[in-house]
Amino acid sequence: MTDLDIKKGSNNKSAYNLRDPLSELTESHTLAVMVDNESGVLARVIGLFSGRGYNIDSLTVAEVDHSGKLSRITIVTNGTPAVIEQIKAQLERMVPVHAVHDLTVEGRTIERELALIKVAGSGEKRVEALRLADVFRANVVDSTLKSFTFEIKGTPEKIDAFCDLMRPLGLKELARTGVAALSRGK
Amino acid sequence: MPNFTGAEIVIKSLLSQGVDTVFGYPGGAVLPIYDEIFKEKQIKHILVRHEQAAVHAAEGYARSTGKTGVVLVTSGPGATNAVTGMTDALMDSIPLVVLTGQVPTFMIGNDAFQEADTVGITRPCTKHNWLVRDTNKLAETIHKAFHVAANGRPGPVLVDIPKDVQFADGIFKEPKEIKNTYHVRRVRPDNASIEEVSQAIRNAKKPMIYSGGGVINSGKKASNLLRMLVSKTNFPITSTLMGLGSYPASGENWLGMLGMHGTYEANMAMHDCDVLICIGARFDDRITGRTDAFSPNSYKIHIDIDPSSINKNIQVDVPLVSDIEIALKEIINTWEKGGSETQRTSIKKWWSKISEWKNVKCLAYKQAGEFIKPQYAIDRLEKITSKMDRYITTEVGQHQMWAAQYMKFEEPNRWMTSGGLGTMGYGFPSSIGVQIAYPKSLVINVAGEASWLMNMQELGTAVQYGLPVKQFILNNERLGMVRQWQELLHGERYSHSWSESLPDFEKLADAYGIKGITCSNPKYLDDSIEEMVNHPGPVIFNCVVEKHENCFPMIPSGKAHNEMILGEIGEKDSVDSAGAVLV
Repeated sequence: MTDLDIKKGSNNKSAYNLRDPLSELTESHTLAVMVDNESGVLARVIGLFSGRGYNIDSLTVAEVDHSGKLSRITIVTNGTPAVIEQIKAQLERMVPVHAVHDLTVEGRTIERELALIKVAGSGEKRVEALRLADVFRANVVDSTLKSFTFEIKGTPEKIDAFCDLMRPLGLKELARTGVAALSRGK
Repeated sequence: MPNFTGAEIVIKSLLSQGVDTVFGYPGGAVLPIYDEIFKEKQIKHILVRHEQAAVHAAEGYARSTGKTGVVLVTSGPGATNAVTGMTDALMDSIPLVVLTGQVPTFMIGNDAFQEADTVGITRPCTKHNWLVRDTNKLAETIHKAFHVAANGRPGPVLVDIPKDVQFADGIFKEPKEIKNTYHVRRVRPDNASIEEVSQAIRNAKKPMIYSGGGVINSGKKASNLLRMLVSKTNFPITSTLMGLGSYPASGENWLGMLGMHGTYEANMAMHDCDVLICIGARFDDRITGRTDAFSPNSYKIHIDIDPSSINKNIQVDVPLVSDIEIALKEIINTWEKGGSETQRTSIKKWWSKISEWKNVKCLAYKQAGEFIKPQYAIDRLEKITSKMDRYITTEVGQHQMWAAQYMKFEEPNRWMTSGGLGTMGYGFPSSIGVQIAYPKSLVINVAGEASWLMNMQELGTAVQYGLPVKQFILNNERLGMVRQWQELLHGERYSHSWSESLPDFEKLADAYGIKGITCSNPKYLDDSIEEMVNHPGPVIFNCVVEKHENCFPMIPSGKAHNEMILGEIGEKDSVDSAGAVLV
């Protein structure tokens, strides 16, 4: 197109403004999807992901506006930039979907997850678990003579790190909520 | 406010939506609605013989009229039989409202008789669907359903109505009382994009317009604007299978259909062009061939109402999310305001290049001997009927591609075919839907015998309603396209690709009290076609054709547009192993 006197990317919707659309590298994105809290809406969203072969790394959903019957679905997904764009476009055209926010590109975000972690052990390991929990600011929400149940909240990475440390110390059971996320500011 | 039963509300809602025709089949879970249909004379109910056919008939009706097709079927098997039709309508963006009966709300989940999770099953094959649990919500839901089906990118929707909801009393509302929360994206494209497009039109030296079904969905005005754009710019134009008729086949700039079985000139021009304007099409794999070699040097403009179509298969330079009519109007205006310039000399050179490709005469065939070539049969059908008030439907396979290649469409909404899903069995019921909409017109279903058998039970429907649909069956006693692929890709091992135990089509016609014609000699073909066309009732035309004819030209799987195969030469080695896994 050297003959054409058109500046590529002069339009803000141009494909040239995508972050390298043809990149084969997958990236992780956190999407916040506002939906009508109607029957089957979660199945619809999940069905889109499974039907079109997209990935779900984490999923959180709850009604956030009781009077307006709106739910917020927070999905952590991964894919190439082109796939991420497709996911957003496919979500946006669903009838119960009001808005799709790609928190990963909309600026800085706060991401939080909560986990409950049961660690069983005795002696030195038990003490070490408690000490590390303190470092990570995890609370003990249940304890027996042979176990602790910690409650920890933070970014998924922080929880991953804590779980990795707890594993050799006797991690027995783990429950995670998935990510809740908001963009910073305003 | 007076209360009505749910069943009455269904009928009142359909009437207030302007519905005059419903295609359906009764059953236990829709009996209350059928009871109301019995009393209501304004709505014509067409009783099909299988629910799949009800949906295809509604598709034919919708595609030929531009209105929304309406289907009414029962729960369980009624709904599951309708799934293929809804998937077909979703792929081809056909607006449909499908009403299904459901077991009473208090029995849902109990594996009741004829219970199926209809909204669950149809979630991926509808634009949206609803289960109505409250009679007071029924009118509102039906009105929303019509809104969603027809607005934005059209498609099928489904409303599942439990039997107790049909019996219970509730409030009826008019469409204007409903607030639609679904955002309609009949949006105006942004100025910057429009300016970019008009600049591309000004600068293009080897331009190409590639239009699709979206132009037809946008309406008659969109087709007129497309014609205007082409005639003002002198750009060459091709179209997808779904888009045939939006630009007239007799138009000077017409290159024929593009894609896997498109013309040589259309595909070569797609490959070599420097500006590609895609209007209401979606870069389907039948069109693009190998995507990494698709139109490698062109500046690509994509106009589509559905943002998810943009950059899905092919990365484009200028996306325009818009209704086609609005976009074309603005493009023409902006380009004309800027002086209506084009690169005339370069475009002239481009046209002479295109004529070289045209001279290859990729659709040439030789009718010789005592067997009818299928191309010849379609060609004669075209010549004899081209001046008539004619609607064509097709089944799926070789005959469909030949019909697309050899038949000429001058107007939109005259060509009904299953494009995206490729549903064998689409054509016959679709022709019924078209004939219902246009009782006086000539409606021909161009079929292959294998496809046609898939919904041949609809002979009953055609006879019951006195629909003079013409079933023009190219009978090669083969699943022609499957056979062709087995020849090209699977070492000529013709695994299960023939039609054994075919009925005697004339006797079959006789059994239904309609006319049957068999023609196997090219000498008598014209007379036989005339006989079919002039017969006032339905006709089964058994056109016995050469059995092993392949459909060319063809872009083999995994190949680019400039690697088309034109005829018999070298075809066996034309697909490599990477192409063989594709469909």
